[in-house]
Amino acid sequence: MDLSTTYMGLALRNPLVASPSPLSYTLDGVRSLADAGVGAIVLFSLFEEQLREEAARNELLVDGPAESFAEALDYVPAVVREDAGPRRYLSHLERAVAAVDVPVIASLNGATPEGWTDCARAMQDAGAAAIELNIYYLPGDPRTTGRDVEQRHLDILQRVKDAVTVPVAVKLSPYFSSTGEVAHRLDDAGADALVLFNRFLQPDVDPEALTIVPGVTLSRPADARLARTWIALLRGRVRAALAATTGVEDAADVAAYLLAGADVVMTTSALLRHGPQHAAVLLDGLSAWMARHGFATVDELRGMLAVPAAGDQAAYEREGYVGAMREANARPYGSW
Amino acid sequence: MRATVDGNEAAASVAYRLNEVCCIYPITPSSPMAELADEWSSRGRENVWGTVPAVVEMQSEGGAAGALHGALQGGALATTFTASQGLLLMIPNMYKIAGELTAAVLHVAARSLAAQGLSIFGDHSDVMAVRQTGFALLASASVQEAHDLALVAQAATLRTRVPFVHFFDGFRTSHELSTVDLLSDDDLRALVPEDLVRAHRDRALSPEWPFIRGTAQNPDVYFQARETVNPFYARVPEVVQDAMDRLGGRTGRHYRLVDYSGHPEAERVLVVMGSGGETARETVAFLQGRGERVGVAQLRLYRPFPARELARALPATVRRVAVLDRTKEPGSLGEPLFLDVLAALSESHADGERELPRVTGGRYGLSSKEFTPAMVAAVLEDLARERPKRRFTIGIDDDVSHTSLPYDASLDIEPHETVRAVFFGLGSDGTVGANKNTIKILGEEGLHAQGYFVYDSKKSGSQTVSHLRFGPQPIRAPYLVSQAGFVGCHQFGQLERPEVLGRAAPGAVLLLNCRHPPDRVWDALSREVQEQILAKRIELYVIDAGRIAREAGLAGRTNTVLQTCFFAISGVLEREQAIERIKASIAKTYGRRGAEVVERNLAAVDRALDGLHAVRIPDGATSTRASAPIVPEHAPEFVRTVTAAMMAGLGDELPVSALPVDGTYPSGTTQYEKRNISDLVAVWDPELCIQCGNCSFVCPHSVIRSSYYAPSELDGAPEGFRSAPLNAPGLPETRYTLQVYVEDCTGCRLCVEACPVSAGGDPVRKAINLDAREPLVAAERENVAFFEQLPPNDRSRVDFGTVRGTQFLEPLFEFSGACAGCGETPYLKLLSQLFGDRMTVANATGCSSIYGANLPTTPWTVDADGRGPAWSNSLFEDNAEFGLGLRLAADRHTELARRRLRELRDQVGAELVDEILQAPQLRESELRAQRERVAELERRLDGLDDAAVADLRSVIDHLVRRSVWIVGGDGWAYDIGSGGLDHVLASGRNVNVLVLDTEVYSNTGGQMSKATPLGAVAKFAAGGKTMPTKDLALQAIALANVYVARVAMGADPQQTLTALREAEAYDGPSLVIAYSHCIAHGYDMKDGLDQQYRAVASGHWPLIRYDPLVRAAGGNPFLLDSPRPRMSLGDYRKRELRFRALANADPAEAERLLGLAQHAADQRWQTYEEMATRSAGDFPADARRDP
Repeated sequence: MDLSTTYMGLALRNPLVASPSPLSYTLDGVRSLADAGVGAIVLFSLFEEQLREEAARNELLVDGPAESFAEALDYVPAVVREDAGPRRYLSHLERAVAAVDVPVIASLNGATPEGWTDCARAMQDAGAAAIELNIYYLPGDPRTTGRDVEQRHLDILQRVKDAVTVPVAVKLSPYFSSTGEVAHRLDDAGADALVLFNRFLQPDVDPEALTIVPGVTLSRPADARLARTWIALLRGRVRAALAATTGVEDAADVAAYLLAGADVVMTTSALLRHGPQHAAVLLDGLSAWMARHGFATVDELRGMLAVPAAGDQAAYEREGYVGAMREANARPYGSW
Repeated sequence: MRATVDGNEAAASVAYRLNEVCCIYPITPSSPMAELADEWSSRGRENVWGTVPAVVEMQSEGGAAGALHGALQGGALATTFTASQGLLLMIPNMYKIAGELTAAVLHVAARSLAAQGLSIFGDHSDVMAVRQTGFALLASASVQEAHDLALVAQAATLRTRVPFVHFFDGFRTSHELSTVDLLSDDDLRALVPEDLVRAHRDRALSPEWPFIRGTAQNPDVYFQARETVNPFYARVPEVVQDAMDRLGGRTGRHYRLVDYSGHPEAERVLVVMGSGGETARETVAFLQGRGERVGVAQLRLYRPFPARELARALPATVRRVAVLDRTKEPGSLGEPLFLDVLAALSESHADGERELPRVTGGRYGLSSKEFTPAMVAAVLEDLARERPKRRFTIGIDDDVSHTSLPYDASLDIEPHETVRAVFFGLGSDGTVGANKNTIKILGEEGLHAQGYFVYDSKKSGSQTVSHLRFGPQPIRAPYLVSQAGFVGCHQFGQLERPEVLGRAAPGAVLLLNCRHPPDRVWDALSREVQEQILAKRIELYVIDAGRIAREAGLAGRTNTVLQTCFFAISGVLEREQAIERIKASIAKTYGRRGAEVVERNLAAVDRALDGLHAVRIPDGATSTRASAPIVPEHAPEFVRTVTAAMMAGLGDELPVSALPVDGTYPSGTTQYEKRNISDLVAVWDPELCIQCGNCSFVCPHSVIRSSYYAPSELDGAPEGFRSAPLNAPGLPETRYTLQVYVEDCTGCRLCVEACPVSAGGDPVRKAINLDAREPLVAAERENVAFFEQLPPNDRSRVDFGTVRGTQFLEPLFEFSGACAGCGETPYLKLLSQLFGDRMTVANATGCSSIYGANLPTTPWTVDADGRGPAWSNSLFEDNAEFGLGLRLAADRHTELARRRLRELRDQVGAELVDEILQAPQLRESELRAQRERVAELERRLDGLDDAAVADLRSVIDHLVRRSVWIVGGDGWAYDIGSGGLDHVLASGRNVNVLVLDTEVYSNTGGQMSKATPLGAVAKFAAGGKTMPTKDLALQAIALANVYVARVAMGADPQQTLTALREAEAYDGPSLVIAYSHCIAHGYDMKDGLDQQYRAVASGHWPLIRYDPLVRAAGGNPFLLDSPRPRMSLGDYRKRELRFRALANADPAEAERLLGLAQHAADQRWQTYEEMATRSAGDFPADARRDP
């Protein structure tokens, strides 16, 4: 069974990619992902804002007690007072690249124009096979226009593309008025891949403790449908590679994404739930499924169930919706 | 190249570039030299010959000197940096180094020696104490000289083989920022050619050309051998002058061994050494301008004494000479420089070379006492009298021995083009840092600039005063600014300090940071302040810098805002140009610390200008409010007259007669210093409180007190006095109050974190919370006064064994100046609660000796009966031995008292005597009964006439069991005092050792100790410490009869309490090692207790007790008190900057070290677990016959 494929020009041994997660915080974690057989690893995201906050916090910790007492004008050696910026991430990236024989992709969430480009360049220098832009952006200001949000994505992509030579993927949110158009514009602007979709970790309210709780929840297979729909729609319509992410629990989910047209399928939640070795389970399952259905290579099946390039997209969407309604109405709780 | 540096950097810059090895030990004020060398070495900076010098921190200065000696004998170019007691510890090696004619330079930031009190400040007591060692002594008078003469010293030592001490005045020069011209590497190489280095190397020990150096010599040859070195010393003056001349040829800066300046036909001349020479020269020039025939001879080389050069330097016309010494030699005919000058001039006269002038000798400037032009003028004026004082002091009022000369403090000789500014701020607001930055900016603009910074002795809420000068000419004014054209008052509360407007010149500009809007400021000022503003025609500007800084995301750091205002209104630079320069400077200074930091500071600059307002001054004073008194009227007389003056910043005006003759000061004076340093203070909620005592237990500043009392005591209570029913069983109808001393609270928040209760519906609200101080102060002052008159809780009825119980024991350690949230002071407070009325404390130098006894006020206090801890500090290195001495004295006097008591048995009454002699004194009730017996004994002694009675009375206090505590930090216990501690623990004597272990040198600013954890970053371990912590507990356990405990109050307060009580009760040596969180760890101290918990939960700090009594009873003496680690070391470490810093700077190394540290922690845990399962016979027995 040949599972090999390419993603943004990178040769992968299979289409299963570990997406950013705490599993890649340590070198051992990175190694275990590779050992479990994934085709590529996207490292956890570097959040520029966090780095800036940490540097500012450190500055207060260092400066707070300084210049107060004649015997101790400071408490920290000057060498380590300097802001190391993303050094910790880059060092990890560098060692991760050296530690495994699958491509390691760096994930970046910038906060400033310079942050995006400087970090991206540094990631490339540290050996990143590609860079995934994790544009996790919530327009909290209700007066922000949709066009502004889109432009922001395009600007960031443009800057990073200008700064590096390695491929650049954009991880998108599904919340655009016209996701397809945004995908096209990013494609035109040179995105090497579109990663569909980013999940926003909305905080929740705990009514018992009367507190806000962090909204870190793992995805479920049902969450995959949105991404699968869009991948099916975009397949063959954009030059950029398509990476599916969200809702992969077992091999069938991987197969479904590939059938919809994904170049690669990313997974985090399942690996967090079951451990990195679950990647091998997914891959074995994929092989078994392919064998059962008589597929010898991934390319044979990829995009089989995508919306045909020449087809009627609106009809496809309509059919999907109407079909769903029809099925719902057939259920015992009655019809509308 | 011009640069703005301080004296330490100036000297270190040369020393580093000309050496291969630096063996050091931190000591104020020289530490920055060593730290800079370490920093450069860490960065891989090379010396002028391409070698990266090795910088090695030793366990003491004695150790540093030994390593230095070895490095030199090994042929390396080696140096050290030290001061004060450190230099004294080097003396034995200095004799050796000099005796062996070994080329080396020691760089010394000259500092006072500890005598009647310790002082970290500058004078020549230390260098004068090594003048006999055979080292040459070269004195620098300014930052520029400290740079230049460091080179001259190195050049001369290699030429002459005579080792040098190169010194400059501690703080005054070592810490003065000044614009100087730097020497290039070529300059250094030109004066120190490599053939000299190779000649030094050729003298090294090598098996290739073996020899013996360091023989033991007999009476036949020692004397002659000692005389062999004379020709080498004879050459020194000439060689030094030659090096100075060559330096002058390259740089245009010319120096002489003895520099004379003044009238060519002067009649009256001063001789002086060090920074005072600068002041003297400027003053002489000023007086010469007035037509006076005066001069000054400034000595640069002091040993070998340049007698000939001195005699030649003084004009033939000189009739009177005053020699100024910055040291004191009690009992001598005169101070050393005076005697040397007198001898030199006498011999010159005897040789017929010159008339013998009348020579007087005076002391000045001890412990950085100001030495001003006015004082120089006064000494010269005294020389003009018919009979000048033979021996005098200048700068103080000696109303006891009448040595002091009067002087007119108003004399101002500074050029008008010099801009002078003073800034009053808090350590925490960044004022000093901003001013240092300002000086650098102006230095880069081509101005000459000088900055000097005065810090108070508190570690929390400390006040700083910055003295700045700028001008077109080099600034030679090593004294404080007294006539400032610009005064920045960065804290509104400071404005009433007499010094603030006292330093303002007429017409000065005052920039005041305050919350009051411009139209309300005037009304908020006291009458005295208003009157001074009017009298001096001061222009007033105000800004709410705190608000602006907060809005810019800079928390309480007002530095950038106020620096901007200074530039905007002082006119030192054009406004636009100044703002541009500040912004450029911010980008440069903070650039390496992250973009966010830069942006916040830039925002603060822009906002500052909008918030700055001029205030219209009315024609007359309108306020009816007088400035608040410094101390309350009911304070003891000493506090009102002496302590209060120090607190007000007027200590310089105290006469000699006001001060104790032997360094003895009253206990318990912090109570009169209501500092009100925190805007937020603890507030008790009686409704929620479960009266557990946790908050009071952990409060580092003893501001949370508890009491229980009968309801009737509440009669007459102030309206807002809080009270709740006591919830302890067995005491119905009893009230409970937890009183917060809000004026002493530092707002550290440890109490809130320790509180186990949350309000229903409001999880953030506890039974103790922080609230704004201002609205509470007046009422709480009354509440505290009422609380203090409640009857004290009976100690014999309090349960000493529980945390809950200890809250009712009065702390006899209170309101110290320790850092807000200090991790050490809760342990000391607890000791004082448990044993305070019968304890003596031997305290090693360090944080605990500073917050414990730095004047003006002392936190160790007394109970209602006048009893309390008797505290003393000997030195840093000898504390264990010092404490043992206290024990030995107590033991002898206890024995004497018991013997005399037995002799008086029949007269006093057998029953009472027997009871006293046989009394158990472990429980508080037993101690109380013994006190009553001793009181009865005293009454019975009143009627007796026996020789033994007076003897018994003199030691009668020893009939109550004395508790001797030896207290110090890890720098003392693990490093400098390690040998002594080891010996004292092995003595078998009943001493109690408390190690306040912050795992780093805290007091001197974060240098590595042997307690520093593997992988932690500290000074001298910038790349992360690569040795695990020494296990002091196991070492002590190996001694067999030592009670040992490792405790962490934040993890298990009950275990801490139990351990301290067991240690104290054990009749033998005890060692308690107490985890103490510290600001040097780099996190918010409010989380200190939680970090202690994590330290224990991660296995970093296992809680143990080892009790030899249990072994004697047949049990396992080793008790592991903490559960098996349940979090990783990484989880504990990630919050602390000392660990995170390495993860940022060198992630791979941080991971490697963390892995090794985890392994070491696992191994140690396994060892402890195994020990905890042994039986008694697996441990060595206590071999003492009669413990």
